[in-house]
Formats: sequence, C-alpha cells, structure tokens
Amino acid sequence: MKVLAKWIADGTPWVWLNAAAVSASILLVVGLLALIGVRGMAHFWPLAVQKVVYQQADGSELILAGQIREEEKVTARRLRESGLEVAENTEFVTRYLLKTGNRDIMGQDFRWILGPSIESISKPRNMVVFEREEWGVFIGMLIGVRQAGQLLDSPDTWGDFQARLDHANGLRDQIRDLEKGRIGSVNYRLERLRLKQRGLEIKGRDDAASLADIESDREELQKEYDGLEQKLDELYTQLRRDAVIVNTVDGQELELPISSIVDAHRPNQMGLTGKIGHFFHNIWKFVSNDPREANTEGGIFPAIFGTVLMVLLMSVFVTPLGVVAAIYLKEYARQGLFTRFIRIAVNNLAGVPSIVYGVFGLGFFVYTLGGSLDRLFYPEALPAPTFGTGGLLWASLTLALLTLPVVIVSTEEGLSRIPRSIREGSLALGATKWETLWRTVLPMASPGIMTGLILAVARAAGEVAPLMLVGVVKLAPALPLDGNAPFLHLDRKFMHLGFHIYDVGFQSPNVEAARPLVYATALLLVVVIVLLNLVAIQVRNRLSERYRGLES
Amino acid sequence: MTQQDKPQTEPQPDNRLQHPTAVTVTDLDLYYGETRALQEINLVIPEKQVTAFIGPSGCGKSTLLRCFNRLNDLIDICRIEGEILLNGRNIYADDVNVPELRREVGIVFQKPNPFPKSIYENVAYGLRIQGMNKRRELDDTVEWALKGAALWDEVKDRLNDSAFGLSGGQQQRLVIARAIAVQPKCILLDEPCSALDPISTLKVEELIAELKEQYTIIMVTHNMQQAARVSDYTAFMYMGELIEFGATDQIFTKPQLKKTEDYITGRYG
Repeated sequence: MKVLAKWIADGTPWVWLNAAAVSASILLVVGLLALIGVRGMAHFWPLAVQKVVYQQADGSELILAGQIREEEKVTARRLRESGLEVAENTEFVTRYLLKTGNRDIMGQDFRWILGPSIESISKPRNMVVFEREEWGVFIGMLIGVRQAGQLLDSPDTWGDFQARLDHANGLRDQIRDLEKGRIGSVNYRLERLRLKQRGLEIKGRDDAASLADIESDREELQKEYDGLEQKLDELYTQLRRDAVIVNTVDGQELELPISSIVDAHRPNQMGLTGKIGHFFHNIWKFVSNDPREANTEGGIFPAIFGTVLMVLLMSVFVTPLGVVAAIYLKEYARQGLFTRFIRIAVNNLAGVPSIVYGVFGLGFFVYTLGGSLDRLFYPEALPAPTFGTGGLLWASLTLALLTLPVVIVSTEEGLSRIPRSIREGSLALGATKWETLWRTVLPMASPGIMTGLILAVARAAGEVAPLMLVGVVKLAPALPLDGNAPFLHLDRKFMHLGFHIYDVGFQSPNVEAARPLVYATALLLVVVIVLLNLVAIQVRNRLSERYRGLES
Repeated sequence: MTQQDKPQTEPQPDNRLQHPTAVTVTDLDLYYGETRALQEINLVIPEKQVTAFIGPSGCGKSTLLRCFNRLNDLIDICRIEGEILLNGRNIYADDVNVPELRREVGIVFQKPNPFPKSIYENVAYGLRIQGMNKRRELDDTVEWALKGAALWDEVKDRLNDSAFGLSGGQQQRLVIARAIAVQPKCILLDEPCSALDPISTLKVEELIAELKEQYTIIMVTHNMQQAARVSDYTAFMYMGELIEFGATDQIFTKPQLKKTEDYITGRYG
C-alpha cells in the first residue's frame, strides 16, 4: 500500500500518462501519413495484368484481363442476398476488384469478381497496358503496327510501336507548344484588340483612323493565326498517320490510332528495376502533366501550381498587413481597454469558420470590389466579368484575411520578446522610435514574424471551403502565370490540390478510378505544404541564428 | 527629519568654481504615478569631470541619471517637474528635439547591450542614423571610436564578426565606443562595471579616466571604491533626495553630514 502511495506521489503515473499521450499522437500522425503514402504510392506501381477465365452466374465463360486493385472478404450471406449463387457450405467469399480497362468496349473499367468462380488465372507475358487520351486504359495484346495505312512487316512489333509512339509524343509536344504558346498568345492579343475596339466604342472615340489601325493589326494577327493553324493541321495529319492493331484478351481485334495513345507498358515482362523505373516515371507524369478525362486520368500539375502560387501571393498580402497592424498595436497604440478589445477581436477572428471568410470574400471582394473595378477599368469587357468573378487575387486576399490573426499574434509576441535594453540602446544613440523599430526591433522580431507566416502558410495551403467561393475551379483553361503580358493574371481562376481531392473523390463519374487518385493527391498536398513550411522554417532558422544572442 | 539631516544641496563654492558648468538641475521632482521618486534635486555638474552618484539601491540614482537624456519619457506613468539645463538650455522644454538631445547625451547601461549586428555595424549605428553613408567616413569614425574606447587593437581584424562573440568587458567597451562615435557632449554610465570581472572593470575604469579629457561623465555606481578611484565629484543620494554633493576627496574624507558618513563607512542600517 505504502509502495503504491509513494509511486503515485512521486509522479510516475503522470509521466506514463504524458508519455502515452505523446505516443498516441505520434502513432496517429504516422498512421495517417502511412495510409496516405501507401495508398497514394500504390497508384503509381505497375501491377501485373492477370488473365482470368471466369464463370459467370449464368454458367457462361468469360475471359477477362486486368490488374487486381483490391481484394476483400465478404460474407456469403450478403452475396446470396444480392442474388448471386454461392456454394452452400461457405461462409466467406474472397472477391477481387479487377481493373479491366477497355471502357469503350465493356462499358466499365472496373469489375468485382468472386474468388470461387475463377476457373484459371495466368499472367501472359504479351499483355500490354495502353494509356489513352480518352476512355481510360486499354489492356490487350499488340498485334501489329500500321504506318500510313501499310501494315509493317517486321519481327519486332513492340520496337516498331515504341518508335512510332516516341514520334507521336514528339509531335504532341510540338502541338501543345503551338496551341498553348503561340496560338494562345495570338488569341490573347486578338481578344485584347477586340476589347480595345470595344473600349473606343464606349468612349465614342472610334474614328476611322483608329479603327483602321485596329483592323490592320487584326489582319496581321489573323494572318499569323492562319499560318499557325496550317502548321497545326500538318502536325495533326502526321500524328494521325500511324495506328496499332490490338486484340482484347477474348480475341476481339481493333485498331487504335497512335494519336490516341499516351503511353504503354508491358507489366508482365518487367523486372523489379523496370517496375521501379516505371513507378518513378508515373510519379513524374502525375506531378508534371495536365489532368485528362474529368480529372480522373493524367497529372495534377495545374493544381500544384495554383496551390503554390496562391499561397505565395497570400503571404505577400498577409505579411505586411499583419506586421504593420501588430506594430501599431504593440508599439504605438496606447495600451488600454480599446487595445485589449482589439486583441480579443483579432483572436476571435482566428476562430471564425473559414467558409464564413469565403462568403465575405465573395460578397465583398468579388462582387463589391471586383464589380466596381470592372465598371471602372474594364467596361469594354462587360457583361463578361474580369475581376467581378472569383479569381487568384480574390482567393489570395480572402486567405490573407483568414490568416491575418495568426500573423498579428505572432508578430506581437516577437516584438514583446525584444529586450528593453536594445530599444533603449538604440534610442540613446539618437534614433527616433521609427528608426529604432526599422533598424533594430523589426529585424530582431523577424523570426517571430516568420513563425506567424509559417502558421499562416500551413493553414492557407490546406484551406478549401472558402476557395470554392472565390476562384477555385475543377479545371482551369490556362495557368495564372504565362508568357503573355502582364504575365501574372490575377483575374484568372485556378486549380487547387485541396479542391482537386474533393472534386476527384466526390464529384467524379468514375469512383473506382478516382479512389487511388484521391490518396495520391492528398499525399502530394501534404508534401507541398511540408515543402512550403520547410522553406519558411529554413528562413526563420537562419534569421534566429543571426539574432541568437538575443536570448542571453 | 532633523535639522542636522536637512539636505545640503548647495555644493561648496570652491568645488563649483574650479570647472565650468555642464548640467544644472533645478528643483527636479519625478513621479511614478503617485509615487514621488525624486524630490527637489538641485545639482550642478561640472564639465569634463567624472561625477559619481552613490547611494543605496532604490535611492533614485539611475532614475536621476536617465533624466539627463530623457529616457524616462519611455515610461508612460513617469512625470517630471523642474528643469535640467544642458549648456544653458532646458532639456524638458517643449521645443526640444529629443533624438537630438540623446545624441548629445550618450548612455551606457549596466549590462552591455550590443545590437545583434557586426562589431562595425554596432559602432556605425548612430552614425548611419545621422545620415553618414560614405564608406570612408564611416570607416574612419568607427576606427576612431573604437580606439577611443580602447578596443581597436582587440577587434580590428574581426570588425565584421558578430558583436555577441565578444567578452562582457569587450562588449561594454564596444557599447562605449558606440556612444562616443556620435560625439556626444556628455556620457552617462549606469553602473557600467557591475556585470564585469575585475580585469575588465579595470580596463573600463582606465577608459573613463581617458574619456573625461573630452566628455562630461556622469556615472552611477554601487561600488564605493570605484567612486573614490574614478570620480572627481560625488553625489550621495538617499530615498530620492540628494543628500550631499561635493568633491570626491571631500565626500570620502570629511563628509559634512552624518548620513553620508554612515553610508560611506558602511555603518548603514
């Protein structure tokens, strides 16, 4: 009894309790990351293609080829209730989710198959997985390659196909450069010209001379456009030259134009190194490509770009505003009831649900500010809104507002950590209060400011709800940063990783295909936030290193 | 208060006449809120001499010192009555440019407070604020100030290193260099050696002896021996009042008042 009392009195149980709490938190975080990481990464691993001979419920035989994506045990009773026949004495049945692809032929690209109904399963080495521009993947066998209508007669069909595919990919790159780059630029300038003309009309200055000017400019652009268009046509003709003959696993023959194929690999022939190579190849494609097919295929580059750019802009807006506000509150305002009230208000602002900020952003920034800007500066574009609709600027400003309290609070803390002796030392040398702040106090408070910014970035990068109201879209036609003056288009809508997760996971027509993408995108969002934070922490550490003597 | 203890604020005429006057304090009262921290201080501080304030803790020495460059202004609840004349001008007049005043009256605190910058930038700080930008001019003045603070030989090879890398005594001399770089008329020292080891203390004391050739020095010290060693004039303060002021020799050898004598001989209760 005494021993127990002593054990309690010396605080050992508390230590254990605290340690347990820490362990639980760490386990949860590690578990979260592991789940996202494993599920997300699995999406990029080239799975073997299984050829499955399957007996259907009506007794007929079906030959399928596909990748086993999932495996689960279900009770036989559940299957019986849903009308499937299961042998009497079994209680559990294993079923597999097979990604069969070939959505254009079979109508669906995922299929659950029951373990007991599988008659045979094998991995033929010649199975090929084609990634296509449309209709998802095609899984089948490569029979032959047709160049300009002629069937090629060579023993190395795969080599022939690879050469044609490389050729096609080169053409595709050229086409994309042309479309997004030069044609995009011509279109952009044509639109500017149209707006210019409309602007002149509104102001009543559309005299013959200026109209003629515009017309000649337009003709020139049109000529340039026609030239580019012709070039584009040539490229497309070349791209459509080749095709491959393929068989589905059950013997259906069809022809796929090479222009529709993005990539192809033969997972059953790959060794471990080949698979690892393909794995990283897939990851790279995922982070660097544009999305395809309602975001269920392809990459998420625009979403990464949008997220990072939005967070950077947010930082640019929030830091000066928050720092200046904190300086006033801490250094200049007379401390009293009023400043206390403001501090309470600022702290409460941090607790306002983010969607409320979204509503405010929509009502104030987009409709009121944006609408006025449009009427004042972009009347020629009306009724199409320029700033009077959600866009990068408004989204960044809304998030800047959302994270403002964090920056104010940590800046204030940073300021109050500066010893009085330093301020007095500066004032005693004849510096004014402003000079003291600017030359000594602010640099020394910069680690505190950076801490605020780190917290702000962490919060802003993960925020989705308000963004849906003020500028994020599921598919943006163009990046907000490009080669057309003024280069940074603050009025454009953009894509965001957080919204992308929501969109792919819950708005997608193809649920099974989307699921791994959700994990992969979530993983990437975490990685992006961690990277942004690491940069900020690095900067902060460098700053506190410089001012480390402060603590002594 | 007995008749005998009545503060004798008038310095001895012979002390005063030896040197021109730098600072004159007339009827100075200082309040922290309702508390009266300094009472009717009257004092004449001679130019280019070392004047030491001694007295027990909390007697108002530092508070008085900080009146000379208006650092007490930073405390919201602090209120001052009376006047302090520096070179004939009341520094508490409405039209005084406070930063200008502080440039003329430098201060060095108890704990060295270098800025988190390089040694060079610490000394150049006040100069840059005055608008000195030319590299040559800055270099020359920094060197001159560091030499003036007897620090040049120790730091001339590492001017761009952080000031935090210096020892406490070096930091204190750096802070003195920083103060003299802006060429003040008067330097206030608030217990400049209390955070230093004996060797550093000795160096700073030697420095003070050199500095008084050019500057009026007013220092607060807890250390009676130091006051006796370094200062030319000594003021004894007690409970916010100036008890006795006079030439250091006279204060330490034949104080006029019993309170002073008690304090100096350590018989203080």
